Amino acid sequence: MNQNLFLEDISTGMAIPTIKKDPTTQQLVKYAGASGDFYQIHYDMEYAKNNGLPGIILHGALKNAFLAQLLTDWIGPLGKLTKLEVQYRGMDLPGVPVYAKGNVNEISANGTISCEIWLEKEDGEKTTVGKAVISLPSKN
Amino acid sequence: MARENIPKDLINAIGTESSPLENDIEKGAIKRFAEAIEDSNPVYIDESYAKKSNYRNVVAPPTFLRSVNTNPLPENIKSPYSAVVDGGSVWEYFEPVCAGDVITTKTKLQDVFDRDGRLGNMIFIVRVTSYTNQKSKLVATQTTTSITYEPKEN
Repeated sequence: MNQNLFLEDISTGMAIPTIKKDPTTQQLVKYAGASGDFYQIHYDMEYAKNNGLPGIILHGALKNAFLAQLLTDWIGPLGKLTKLEVQYRGMDLPGVPVYAKGNVNEISANGTISCEIWLEKEDGEKTTVGKAVISLPSKN
Repeated sequence: MARENIPKDLINAIGTESSPLENDIEKGAIKRFAEAIEDSNPVYIDESYAKKSNYRNVVAPPTFLRSVNTNPLPENIKSPYSAVVDGGSVWEYFEPVCAGDVITTKTKLQDVFDRDGRLGNMIFIVRVTSYTNQKSKLVATQTTTSITYEPKEN
């Protein structure tokens, strides 16, 4: 984090440095408060189970925030995130660590960079998949 | 794309917009949000660091706009199913959002469709929220997909 990344530093296919997140029930409560999303499936076990869920689940938007951090940590203060797309494929439960990962897919002539991003559990299951577009300054 | 299980009222509401709502972007709210997502990037909490990074003030994390309020869409825009999960978001970012900004939100019902899946028949509700700052600049848009379903007895 906080290091500047330049267009010249990246190439197609390269991996974005992985970040690990350890969501807890406490974090879900903090996120509910900070985001204003008080839907009970994120902190009330009985309510979650009555809604057909395996238990309390992470807010999708919290997973979205993890994937945004993957990108902002990597691109540093000079880089720009211009598009961020996430799809929630699987449910994530508190107490289970998740890894935010990504790859550079394409670098266009005008300097915009398309990336593939995802959240993965230790067993390799991808619970969230997405794409991002960033732009980086040039050293020249 | 099917719409067999969707009430007519809901289909007719496609294109409906919420009335605009102004939100003050507070430094403390940005800090609390950054703490909640456990992102310790100093641009979210340290004003002098943020200014050195060419921001006007501490900047909001990309998904901070989730915490910004929108006025609800009219009453008839409701799924007949009682449970909902978030299907995903598409964000487009045009300008940074900093503490001290005033962000006006507006939400539009963009699409409704249904599909069968592991939760049974699911109605997908797609909304687009626009975020405009005090200089009338569009700073971001967020397209969200809510998946509604009828919970089964366990």
